[in-house]
Amino acid sequence: MLFYSFFKTQVGQQVTVELKNDLAIQGVLESVDQFLNIKLRDIHVVDAERYPHMLSIKNCFIRGSVVRYVQLLPSTVDTALLQDAARREAQSTQQMSQTKAAAVQA
Amino acid sequence: MADTAGALTVEEPLDLVRLSLDERIYVKLRGDRELRGRLHAYDQHLNMVLGDVEETITKVDVGDAAPAVRAVTRAVPMLFVRGDGVILVSPPSRT
Repeated sequence: MLFYSFFKTQVGQQVTVELKNDLAIQGVLESVDQFLNIKLRDIHVVDAERYPHMLSIKNCFIRGSVVRYVQLLPSTVDTALLQDAARREAQSTQQMSQTKAAAVQA
Repeated sequence: MADTAGALTVEEPLDLVRLSLDERIYVKLRGDRELRGRLHAYDQHLNMVLGDVEETITKVDVGDAAPAVRAVTRAVPMLFVRGDGVILVSPPSRT
């Protein structure tokens, strides 16, 4: 849930999504869902000479599972906030697993 | 279970990753890729956001004579890494 919330804060920003097949697509993040599927608009392929297949495509939906990296603009990322959120997320998921363990024992 | 367990205890492997928040880490990935960067966020899938990242891709050139190993590096200022490609996370080596 942490990264879903994080990507929601990135909507409207310019991002570069690198896929597991090495294709890199740059565009404006339009939306994201809980699987980290991504919709991009105004896209262009970073190395268009090597990947001429998508020249005419303006918008796309990317299945979350084929993403390797998403490159972001550092100026749009509040790293202190992100670290706090990560600590809170770690604590809450740990508590959840402890509650489950207690329920199994009972 | 200690329910007073705050931010300071190490009970499960992911706690070691939590202690690396805001530290530089080394991440080994599938496809002969390695990252070094500052850990800003992670979750239980090992999705991560890293800052000031150096990515190293190790490629093997299978040419005419001896196959040569070639390391290509590039810098990325801010990077989200999807957890399914992660093999290991560790403090960076001193090299």
